[in-house]
Amino acid sequence: MATTVTVGLGSCGIAAGANKTYDKIKAIKESDKLDFHLKKTSCVGMCYREPLVEITDETGTYLYGEVDADRAVEVIEKHIHQQDPIRDYIVYTDLFDAPENDFIGAQVKIVLRNCGYMDPESIEEYESREGYQAIKRIAEEKISREVVIDTVLKSGLRGRGGGGFPTGLKWKFANANKSAEKYVICNADEGDPGAFMDRSVLEGDPHSILEGMIIAAYAIEATGGVIYCRAEYPLAIKRLNIAIRQAHEKGYLGKNIFGIAGFNLDIYIKEGAGAFVCGEETALIASIEGERGMPRKRPPFPAVSGLWRKPTNINNVETFANIPWIIINGAEAYARYGTEKSKGTKVFALAGKVRHSGLVEVPMGMTIRDVIFKLGGGIKNNKRFKAVQMGGPSGGCIPEFLSDTIVDYDSVNATGAIMGSGGMVVMDESTCMVDVAKFFLDFTCKESCGKCTFCRMGTKRMLEILDRITNGHGKEGDLEKLEELAYQIKDNSLCGLGQTAPNPVLTTIRYFRDEYEAHISHKKCPAKVCRPLLTYKVDEEKCTGCMVCLKNCPVKAITGERKKTHIINQETCTKCGVCFSKCKFESILLS
Amino acid sequence: MRIARINTSENTIKGDEQDLSLLDPIIARHKGKKGNLIPLLQGAQELYGFISKAAFDKLSRETGIPLSDMFGVATFYAQFRLSPVGKNIIKVCHGTACHVQNAIEITESLEEMLKVKDGETTEDRFFTLESVACLGCCSLAPVMMIGDQTYGKLTGNEAVKIVKNIRLAAEN
Repeated sequence: MATTVTVGLGSCGIAAGANKTYDKIKAIKESDKLDFHLKKTSCVGMCYREPLVEITDETGTYLYGEVDADRAVEVIEKHIHQQDPIRDYIVYTDLFDAPENDFIGAQVKIVLRNCGYMDPESIEEYESREGYQAIKRIAEEKISREVVIDTVLKSGLRGRGGGGFPTGLKWKFANANKSAEKYVICNADEGDPGAFMDRSVLEGDPHSILEGMIIAAYAIEATGGVIYCRAEYPLAIKRLNIAIRQAHEKGYLGKNIFGIAGFNLDIYIKEGAGAFVCGEETALIASIEGERGMPRKRPPFPAVSGLWRKPTNINNVETFANIPWIIINGAEAYARYGTEKSKGTKVFALAGKVRHSGLVEVPMGMTIRDVIFKLGGGIKNNKRFKAVQMGGPSGGCIPEFLSDTIVDYDSVNATGAIMGSGGMVVMDESTCMVDVAKFFLDFTCKESCGKCTFCRMGTKRMLEILDRITNGHGKEGDLEKLEELAYQIKDNSLCGLGQTAPNPVLTTIRYFRDEYEAHISHKKCPAKVCRPLLTYKVDEEKCTGCMVCLKNCPVKAITGERKKTHIINQETCTKCGVCFSKCKFESILLS
Repeated sequence: MRIARINTSENTIKGDEQDLSLLDPIIARHKGKKGNLIPLLQGAQELYGFISKAAFDKLSRETGIPLSDMFGVATFYAQFRLSPVGKNIIKVCHGTACHVQNAIEITESLEEMLKVKDGETTEDRFFTLESVACLGCCSLAPVMMIGDQTYGKLTGNEAVKIVKNIRLAAEN
């Protein structure tokens, strides 16, 4: 078997310098006339070890981590020339114990089955990995629409965009509404800050999404398909375009596809223009129609009257990527994973203060603790785990003492957070929960479309209160006012954005009330984040008298002479934090 | 609310130096098609970097879409700019992962260095400093993006160094 060298070129890999690694290996291959296949793939999920290079030869598979251009030279020299793998750089292999064997071993890859294992720009490689087999089987065995819908229903698959509505049921409704014109839409407007799983699937396995959409189109008799993708994901759009072109060339899109008479389907990409609210399905439809992305009243649901007022079925990227696997392996195989009400697997984007940030796919029912500590490797810099934020701006913060909660839709909902699209931002003791709540509210306040008064004005009023609290002007009764506003916004908003916008505030008040009270009553920020509540002092032992802080202080609050300890005048200090970030000797103390 | 982003300062919406005939192929491609407003605006912005008043006028005149509709859509979406931007756009990520890892320090350091506020362009129109919601590179937080290049695991000082180097490289 020929040796293959594969470089991970997802967005995160490229950001870590994988293009340079690829170019270097290519240059060595050409100059030394080496005989190996050089391939590109996408994100393997191990973002914290990027750039990643995988070498497969007759002895096995070796995954090298943190391969910059210099290390690439070393790896090629040793592994390819001398046939001597460098153990120290290997992060994963099936041949011996490597640092990340557990990371890969604990996962069940259904959605990510191809991500990082094939070239996303090659339809042939997708086909060699059971690609387009699901729709081919449907065509060859003449499986009826009803049976396809029933299979999806039985698999227990629920909407992976966050809503958790049973996918099969959605298809059933869309199928029930007869019309000569129907649409299937893929929601790829992944807007949650802190979530990037859809991006990875779009970049790493675009054909699986197309196949999922083709199957959905067959099931509901759709005549057109749209992928609504964020413009912020240029690589994803590029690869989707390539995939659509290839599918057309093979006759997998177009007229009478897969030999099914009368099954005509075209799919095109609609670039989102940067509005978080467009992740909501009716706003997304308005946006495709070229209008301001404002949600519409439901009912009628899109299954009755959606795009161009025709029956429409909208699913998320991850949902579609599951479909081909379910058709090939059967509903029972899928339902074997997960809990009673949440079947299958879920992809999570681990980020924040966790050691192994990246993408993981685990069966539903794993505890949050296992995801963060077993797969995530625990907290960076040995700090204390404080909370995990799930569900983005619509979700909430789950505190450490609830970390034995299992991940499924209902258990996560019970904590006040939501499963959402699967972002998990881990927070440690140095994260201020009031600040986090303010961060999310600031986001939803800016992203509110302005249609419903409570969402438009209410989020603004809540933000003002939080601003006051973090600035040291919190008042008695602020928490009650926040809660009152929160419930009014939840009750009086039309769409998911407003209905869930107060969640980050409500969960942090519920689990971290003492932290709010410290801000309001004692004017202290326990996590030392909210600057107006801090005091800056010079550590006399560490200060070298370098005068950097003194020169940079915008209000001249620092006095001192060269090589003598400086002093900060608390009366003049505006707590801007410049001295803290400029000091090279960590001699500015916060209290 | 989204409408708060409207930039009404008249002098920034000039378009006299633009070659408006470049818009013709875009208009030809999308004219009369349903749902064409956003692609029209995206096309115009791709050409000029922003959408000028003159461009709005021409698009409206030739497609029959009322100016008010166009302006309504353009101000709703974060992507559209109504004033000229710098040659290099610095997008500092303020997603959740970046926020909890001190993204604010990067914005503040760059504000100080470039002497502009968040969202503004330097006088020489070389840099525009922007905050964005999430670049999706959360594992590399905090992150910024300049052109197509993403820089990860930054500190304020490193970000300043990178931006200085870009200016130096352009000057030489």
